[in-house]
Amino acid sequence: MLRIKLDRIDELLAAIAKAQTLYLPVDRSDGQAEFRKWTEGARLSNALNTVRSAKDFFFPQTEKLMEFKTEGKKIEVVDTREDCEDFVIFGVRACDARSFEILDKVYLVDPVDTFYKNRRDHATVVTMACDRPAETCFCHAYGIDMTEPGGDVTCYKQGGYLYVNANTDKGTRLVETVASLLEDGDTAELEKAKAQTKEIYAQLPLAKLSMDNFGGDKMDEYFNSPKWKELSEACLGCGTCTFICPTCQCFDIQDFNTGHGIKRYRCWDSCMYSEFTKTAGGQPRPSQLERFRQRFMHKLVYFPANNEGEFGCVGCGRCLVKCPISMNIVKVMKALEEK
Amino acid sequence: MQEAMIAKAKAMLADGTVDRVIGWKRGEFWYDITPAVFETAEEIDRDLVFDDFTAANVSKYLIKECVKGGGRILVFLKPCDTYSFNQLLKEHRIDRGMIYVVGIECYGKIDPDKIRNRGITGVKSAVNDCGTLKIETVYGTETMPAYEVMAERCLSCKSKKHVVYDELIGEDGEVTDSDRFDMVEKLENMTAQERFDFWRGELSKCIRCNACRDVCPACTCEHCVFDNDKSGIANKAPFSDFEENNFHIIRAFHVAGRCTDCGECSRVCPQNIPLHLLNRKFIKDINSLYGEYQAGADTDSRAPLTDYTQDDCEPSVVHERGVE
Repeated sequence: MLRIKLDRIDELLAAIAKAQTLYLPVDRSDGQAEFRKWTEGARLSNALNTVRSAKDFFFPQTEKLMEFKTEGKKIEVVDTREDCEDFVIFGVRACDARSFEILDKVYLVDPVDTFYKNRRDHATVVTMACDRPAETCFCHAYGIDMTEPGGDVTCYKQGGYLYVNANTDKGTRLVETVASLLEDGDTAELEKAKAQTKEIYAQLPLAKLSMDNFGGDKMDEYFNSPKWKELSEACLGCGTCTFICPTCQCFDIQDFNTGHGIKRYRCWDSCMYSEFTKTAGGQPRPSQLERFRQRFMHKLVYFPANNEGEFGCVGCGRCLVKCPISMNIVKVMKALEEK
Repeated sequence: MQEAMIAKAKAMLADGTVDRVIGWKRGEFWYDITPAVFETAEEIDRDLVFDDFTAANVSKYLIKECVKGGGRILVFLKPCDTYSFNQLLKEHRIDRGMIYVVGIECYGKIDPDKIRNRGITGVKSAVNDCGTLKIETVYGTETMPAYEVMAERCLSCKSKKHVVYDELIGEDGEVTDSDRFDMVEKLENMTAQERFDFWRGELSKCIRCNACRDVCPACTCEHCVFDNDKSGIANKAPFSDFEENNFHIIRAFHVAGRCTDCGECSRVCPQNIPLHLLNRKFIKDINSLYGEYQAGADTDSRAPLTDYTQDDCEPSVVHERGVE
C-alpha cells in the first residue's frame, strides 16, 4: 500500500490543497476540533471526532435557495445558486463516512435534491481509520468497521506512517495528483495494528450494544411505551443532539424579509423545538415527550422501516458527549429494551 | 453525602411529606448524569447519585413540577443552585409552599471536557480519592489532582453558602472571595477591536442549539420570541453571520440583573463558548454603577435595574464610558 512518513503529512496536505480546496479537522484553542479550510501551517487534528459532524459539507446549516425582489407590483425571482468547485474532505471518520450514505437515502432519491447532489458530486472524501476509540463509540452496532472507514480514499496511521489507499475512481485521481510524495510499503504491521484496535474496542462499555431489538417492525411495541415519559422528563428541548448529529436531516424553509424583497433559505430544523412541523392545523407534537419520542423513533424505527433496515444513527457518540442533561440514544435503547 | 441524601429522600417519601424528589440519576458511564424526578424508594436506591459529576443546576425543573401540582417536592440544591432558586421565587415562577429544599455541600464539580482535552479517552471508571482523581481507561490508568480538571465556574466559585434551605446535609460554607471578574477585566482592558475580535471568534462558533437559553434558570419565558413565529423575529438558524452573535448579546441584556452567575450556559454549550463572561460583565457593571448586588442572594430586595433611586447613575455615565 502507498504510504508517507507522518512527519511529512503537512507536505501531503499542502499538495492536495494545491490541487483542490481542502478541508480538514484542526484543533481549536478550546481543545475541541472542527473542520476548517486548509491554510498554510494548518495541522491535522488527532481528535477522534469534530464537534460538528462532516454532514455540514453536504447539508449546511443554512443555505440560500432563491430571492424575490419586489418593486411596486413587480416581483422578480432570482436564482441564487452558485457554482461549486471540486473539494476534498480529509480525515473523515468511519461513522461520518457512513452518515453520507444515510443522507443520500434522503436527498438523492426522487425528487433529487440538486443542492445536495451538486456538493456530493464535487467532493472527494478521504477517511481516517480510528486507532483510539472512545467509551462513547458504538459504530459496530451498525456494522461499521472503524478500522476500515471507506470513502474515496482511506488513510491509516501506523508506526510513523500514513498509509493511503484509493477506493474509487475519484479517489484514484486524487492519489495520482500526490503520487510523487508516496512510496510503497508493507502492510503486515498495519494489519496487526487494526486487529489491536478491535481488541481495545471490544473492552469498551458499549462494545456489546446490539440493534437486534430495533427496526421497522417495532412501531407498535415502542410507540406507546410508558418509558418515554421518564426518558424525556429532563429534556431541555434544545437542539444540541440534532445539530451535532451526522444523520439528522430535517430542515425548514424560511423567508427573510429584507424590506424590498424576500431571501428564501433552508436551515436545519430540530424535532426538539416547539415549532417543529407546526402547521396551520396546529402542533402535532404538543409536548416535549412527543418531540423527544419522534427523534428516537425516527432513528430506530421509522428510518429503517423506509430504508431497507438501515438505522438513522451511526454510533459516533457525539450526543453522548454533548447532551446538556446526558440523555441519549443509548440510554433510550436500553430503557426501551427493559420489559 | 449520597447515602445521607438517599436516606433523607426515602424517609420524606415514606412519611408523605413529599411525593417527588428532584435530584440526579446515574448514567451509563462515569460522567453522564441526568437530572431526574424520583417518585419511589426503589428508583432512589437504584439511581440517585451525588458525586463529582452531578453538575447540573436542577432548580429550573421546579417550574414544571410546580405547574404539575400534586404534593410537595423535595429538591436537592448545591450552594450555587440556591441562588437560582431564590431568583425564581422572587420572580414568582415557583411556589415556595410546594417545595422542601435540602441544601447539600459542594466542593466543586469536574468538567469531563477537561479530562478529554488531555487526550484521555476510553474511560471505564473515575474515582476521586481525597482530591486525587484516578481514571481507569482501556488504554491504562491516569491520575491527576481533581482541581486540575475542575469546571472553570467552580474554580472561581462565588459562594459555598446556601442562601435558602429547609434543611442542610453537610456544612454550610461562606460567600467566597472569588476571582470571577478577572477575565472580564482582561476583556475590558483590550482595545475595542481586540474585544470585538474575541467575541466574534467565540460567538461565531454558535450552532444556535439554544441549549444556553433552555438551561438558563433566568430564561423562563413561556414562549421565547425566537421560537414564536408570530413575533416576526423567530429564527431557527442564523441567516446572516452576525445573527447568532446578536442573539447572545440580547439574551445577556435580557437576564441582566437577574442572572445569578450559576454558569450553566457555559457548561452546556457544545461549542465551549464562554457565555458566562457576557453575564459577568453585566454583574460587574451593576456592582460598580449601582452598588454590590448579587441576584438570588435574597428574595425581598429590589433589583437595581428594576428600581429607581435618586442616586442612580446617569445614563450618560454608561454612554461616555463606551467612547474610546
